[in-house]
Amino acid sequence: MRSATFGSMLDFSFALTPRASVPLRGILLAFGILATVHYGSAQDTPLISGGVGFFTDTNAGNTGYFPAFEPLLAAPIGQHILVESRASLFEFFEPNGGNDPGYNHSHFIGLTYLQGDFIASRHFTLVAGDYLIPFNTYNDRLSPIWISNIQDGPLIANLSFSSSGSGLGGMLRGNAIQREKYSIDYSYYYSARSANTQFAASRGNGGRASLYLPEQRLEMGLSYNRLLQGTHENFYGAHVWWEPKDTAFRLRSEFARGHHAQGYWVEADYRTKAFGGLDSVIGRIEPVFRMQQTFRRDTIVSDGLPLVNTQRADFGLDYNLPHNTRILTSYARQFSSTGNHNVWETGIVYRFLFPAWKGKQQ
Amino acid sequence: MNLKHFVSMALVVALVSAMAVTAQQSGGLQAKPYKDPVRKQAVEKQDDGERVFQQHCSRCHTAPDGFSPRISGTVVRHMRVRASLSQHEEEELLHFFNP
Repeated sequence: MRSATFGSMLDFSFALTPRASVPLRGILLAFGILATVHYGSAQDTPLISGGVGFFTDTNAGNTGYFPAFEPLLAAPIGQHILVESRASLFEFFEPNGGNDPGYNHSHFIGLTYLQGDFIASRHFTLVAGDYLIPFNTYNDRLSPIWISNIQDGPLIANLSFSSSGSGLGGMLRGNAIQREKYSIDYSYYYSARSANTQFAASRGNGGRASLYLPEQRLEMGLSYNRLLQGTHENFYGAHVWWEPKDTAFRLRSEFARGHHAQGYWVEADYRTKAFGGLDSVIGRIEPVFRMQQTFRRDTIVSDGLPLVNTQRADFGLDYNLPHNTRILTSYARQFSSTGNHNVWETGIVYRFLFPAWKGKQQ
Repeated sequence: MNLKHFVSMALVVALVSAMAVTAQQSGGLQAKPYKDPVRKQAVEKQDDGERVFQQHCSRCHTAPDGFSPRISGTVVRHMRVRASLSQHEEEELLHFFNP
């Protein structure tokens, strides 16, 4: 795996989907089945969404170019079922390195997840299939390329019982308590071991519980999971998000502790409404700052974290263009005992969202 | 945690606090009162849908810049799974997308 250079976002996507070969077969099969289903509402046409982007990354003087495509399919069946899937397609153009001039070229195609959701009520949703593990928040909520503020994901993003970031099995999730002043969400999952190239997963289980205070727009959560194969290891996580009401300020943070390493990240981003609103020329500018540190607890490396204690500060400046297009730029300085280096990144991402086929007229 | 870690954490807290204070000072959109009861009800329903969107969907992402009404139900169903919405909230959100 490439280290935290070109977005752990993309690196992480690899980690999520270390399965090559013909990954779109599953989506195409699901798509074909769904095409035969009768949809009762004119608003329930299956959708295709996702992001397409082009990224550059200059890490310690070496510049790489990375076109990326992440399509997502969501299709409701009846009143209680949703089938959804996301895939990743990346191309890599990277310098050969050393004294060898020129660039080498490689690509990656893989399923990120493919799951079916049965919505019994707001308290119980049963998820079956290949799902993103809800450990902390980045994996299942922030990893899509059209959502991330910074091209690189956090260093601790794949610190979990499954380095692939996905599980194969079942999950129960929902809202445990809903009150006017607070709500508590939960998830519990079990994953079987799988060596299938499309659905690689480790055997383990875990869960997440989070408390949300709507008046304060404050979310706090705890995560836990346990590897149930080989050496059984525990992983602990905690997250705090704060997004003050009527502002476009967001503060997100996570802490994760594994058997051999731990770390945290804190990210803040802001858009001002003071100069004509969020859709003004100024309001579309989005400065981002992220601070993160990782610490090794021992020298046994069984996770994706750096081999030595590492500190990193990212300074991003994004621009939110009309029509779901974002420009992402960032500079990062990474400090460790093996050497300090700069990481410059730029990218442009377009998010698309349209019906999978022509539905009934309303 | 050594002095270097403490200083870096202090810088993070200071920067984040400054951004938060600036954000809160520049925020504050207030809804205008409506005298017509029918319009008031429609606006309140729209406001409820907007509240659901603000409290659940926009925690992770901004609103898409428009999409076909033919997929609004699917978008809302997707969010219902992600954000554990109730059926009532799903309907409010659907109304917000299709006023």
